[in-house]
Amino acid sequence: MIFKSMGKNSLLLALFALITALILASTDRLTEEPIAESERIAAQKALFEIIPVERHNNDLLLDLQPIPEKYWATLGLESGGDIHIARLDGQPVAAIIPSITAEGYSGDIAMIIGVNFDGSVAGVRVIEHKETPGLGDKVDLRKSDWILSFNGKSLSDPEPNAWNVKKEKGEFDQFTGATITPRAVIHQIAKTLQYFDQDKERLLNNSNNQLSSTNQSISEQPAQ
Amino acid sequence: MSEVTKNGLWTNNPALVQLLGLCPLLAVTGTVVNALGLGLATMMVLIGSNIIVSLIRHHVSDAVRLPVFVIIIATFVTCAELVMKAFTYELYQILGIFIPLIVTNCAILGRAEAFASRHSVGMAALDGFMMGLGFLMVLICLGAVRELLGQGTLLADMQLLFGATAESWTLRPFGDGYSFLIAILPPGAFLVMGFLMAIKNAIDWQIKLRAEADKPAPVKGAKRIRTTGHIS
Repeated sequence: MIFKSMGKNSLLLALFALITALILASTDRLTEEPIAESERIAAQKALFEIIPVERHNNDLLLDLQPIPEKYWATLGLESGGDIHIARLDGQPVAAIIPSITAEGYSGDIAMIIGVNFDGSVAGVRVIEHKETPGLGDKVDLRKSDWILSFNGKSLSDPEPNAWNVKKEKGEFDQFTGATITPRAVIHQIAKTLQYFDQDKERLLNNSNNQLSSTNQSISEQPAQ
Repeated sequence: MSEVTKNGLWTNNPALVQLLGLCPLLAVTGTVVNALGLGLATMMVLIGSNIIVSLIRHHVSDAVRLPVFVIIIATFVTCAELVMKAFTYELYQILGIFIPLIVTNCAILGRAEAFASRHSVGMAALDGFMMGLGFLMVLICLGAVRELLGQGTLLADMQLLFGATAESWTLRPFGDGYSFLIAILPPGAFLVMGFLMAIKNAIDWQIKLRAEADKPAPVKGAKRIRTTGHIS
């Protein structure tokens, strides 16, 4: 008797598992394309903000250069990442470099940093952070335009030791009530510029050679 | 019918009275758009799971009832998550972990067990809608109050849900640069939630007092007289 009811119940459960699995599989199949499209648009939007359409005419999303493993630690990348190269009529104009700092107030701050090939900052965007709302979250362009103050800066302007908040004799503003977050961002941008300085030649050479072989898979944002 | 409506929206409101699903409620209500996004997703899941649970109520034995309900709810939540990821990607990113966590909202399993498994499909759907609406309304109230107090805006970032035309909906009643941090942080959520509950209780208390005042007061010292027939 008990075996009979057990058998019936387990069959019922199995049936439900099967039906719901089918529903999930078909929903997944149906939404697969729109999801990939949304992800692509979101990734593209951030890239386009840094390197506007007037400054490039290649497919930013597909023009990739992998980052050599020895630089992963400098850029805070645990599992590597790719640099997007922007070019105008085939001529490289800027590189967009993923960079993560762990010096933030709460958790990692993930950024993408655009660097022109003359070594100046093209633009910086924070793409993921968990900083305090109202204080540290001013690194986000939606809350404050502080992040734009890096545009055009380079390692010679200001001097390397001025890449700090004003409170610590640096060049850049901190926020009222938050020093740690902006300091973390400033330091990471400086580090990324130093990395770019070291790796620039390779990027230029490789990207000239590999003009045609850019059909690699689209990079995922580095996992947090 | 009206009993189900009244229960969901007021007397037995899932958030204000049953205090269910408070984790997402308090966590995402920093702005109206977040609240609306999570509230709508919860409501869809609630309606869907109520309907299916009601449909299968005669075919599922008591022993496996709960696992079956959980499978159904989890399926709806996963579908909702995929759909939001596909069509409201930025909102999906903001709400993050709280979309999959709808599955753990006890209000949903609670309604499946307490109502949908005992009523017809129509009533179960209505109950799901009303309970979801009750939850959504509390979420929006919390979101609006916290957004207004915390960052001095109302309806900011609505384009995440309604497309580019909604970008101009943002209201700034206090002007630029206003912010009051605690309202956005978790303690603010608890405080506003407490005030909402207090207001609801105060209204209930007033209704009760009024109902009592309307009853004819017994006349003091009146004698009971046994009568037969009509008194004119």
